Amino acid sequence: MTAPFPTRKQEEWRYADLEALQPVWEQFAEPLTVVVGAGESFEDVWLPTADDVHVRRVHIALEAGAKARLFVLNTAPVYGRIELEVSLAEGANFELFGANIGTSLSTNEIVTTVKHIGVGGRSRQVIRSVLNGKATGSYLGKVEVARGAQQTDAEQSIKAMLLDRGATANAKPELEIFADDVKCAHGATVGELDAMQLFYAESRGLDPAGARALLLEGFVMGLWDSAREPQAIADAARAALRRVV
Amino acid sequence: MLTITNLHATVADKPILNGVSLHVPAGEVHAIMGPNGSGKSTLAYVLAGRPGYDVSEGGATFDGRDLLAMEPHQRAAAGLFLGFQYPVEIPGVSYLQFLRESLNSQRRSRGETDLSGAEFIKLAREQAKLLGMDAEMLKRPVNVGFSGGEKKRAEMVQMGIMNPKFAVLDETDSGLDIDALKAVGAGINRIMRGPGKGVLLITHYQRLLDYVEPDKVHVLNGGRIVRSGGPELAKELEREGYAEAAA
Repeated sequence: MTAPFPTRKQEEWRYADLEALQPVWEQFAEPLTVVVGAGESFEDVWLPTADDVHVRRVHIALEAGAKARLFVLNTAPVYGRIELEVSLAEGANFELFGANIGTSLSTNEIVTTVKHIGVGGRSRQVIRSVLNGKATGSYLGKVEVARGAQQTDAEQSIKAMLLDRGATANAKPELEIFADDVKCAHGATVGELDAMQLFYAESRGLDPAGARALLLEGFVMGLWDSAREPQAIADAARAALRRVV
Repeated sequence: MLTITNLHATVADKPILNGVSLHVPAGEVHAIMGPNGSGKSTLAYVLAGRPGYDVSEGGATFDGRDLLAMEPHQRAAAGLFLGFQYPVEIPGVSYLQFLRESLNSQRRSRGETDLSGAEFIKLAREQAKLLGMDAEMLKRPVNVGFSGGEKKRAEMVQMGIMNPKFAVLDETDSGLDIDALKAVGAGINRIMRGPGKGVLLITHYQRLLDYVEPDKVHVLNGGRIVRSGGPELAKELEREGYAEAAA
């Protein structure tokens, strides 16, 4: 049986493009499940496809001491959604590095629910959005720390760069904590390209589009620094940035 | 080479330059001195084309071309280099990438071919070494975590890599210790002293002029050149102060 179609009243679908989702809902209704066994490590790179609408919904269960590191690029030209629910048992470690790069009327969103169930788990989400035209880029990041999940260390860094007045960035950290010895940090900024940096680059000979592209690369490309195989996602991100400059 | 004629400029509608006229022929180094707020940095920014620095009257030509009609990147490609008083930090972009893309962009607009990665790295290493800068620093993001002196040295490394025809150096000597000052002075002489080259050296102090001897010294005050002379004028200013010498 297919799961019911979401509505915007559900917080995690609040900024979604449900009209674009409707025709393809059936193939994404059931999230995939990944289990990373105790003490094991998992690393993956998720690249965009050629589809106008691209959705990934994945549940990841990290058993005790398991590690997962994900690098995701969300650039679908109409609607892109990356949705993750991650549970961390004792001592598990989860890291997500993701970018929304949106242009014209696209909606790109990354939605995560990170559940710290065991003691001493670590989680980190670093999200960068670059948006032009009337694009919307969102990150909704919920962190739940269960009763007893002491010494949890959770961190979110969310930054968005708006290239045009009509572009929209949403950043929504959400914490639900039922333990008293935890560290949960989050920071969010929304800005535009720095005029002095642009002038500096142009004074060295870069034309305005080249200067903008270089600064945007600086904003996004650090995400892939810790990837074992960064080449494909770096190339795809660079190509996407060229489209939004 | 660089001719400035009756240049008036405003920043946020406030007049800063009130009729600057100046001619720097090829092969010469001219120093511009003057008190704080006299318009020295504004002059540098206007010449490089910083947005928000609006020319209301007068003009400037560079090698016979209308400098002010060009975009900042076109001025760079034409051979103009601005050494920034406060070099800008660009997180996430390595110096090597920044300079290679900038240089190749200049070369393309001059109809020259790109330097390959290997050719560029060789050039960058040579220039860093000549300025006494560890070439490893060029792998770091542009100016991020650099001390004030390192930033100024890096500006000179950039100048060496770009090898411009004309350099406007805005207080390149501020924030430098004696060793760095010597290195920067030697760098300016090595890169910019030559028959087809020129320099406008903006400074507060005589001390850089001990290493880079100017052909002419101009005093800027109230947005105008109020006095011009030979290198001895800088020494007089140092001795007697602007109030006395430029009155």
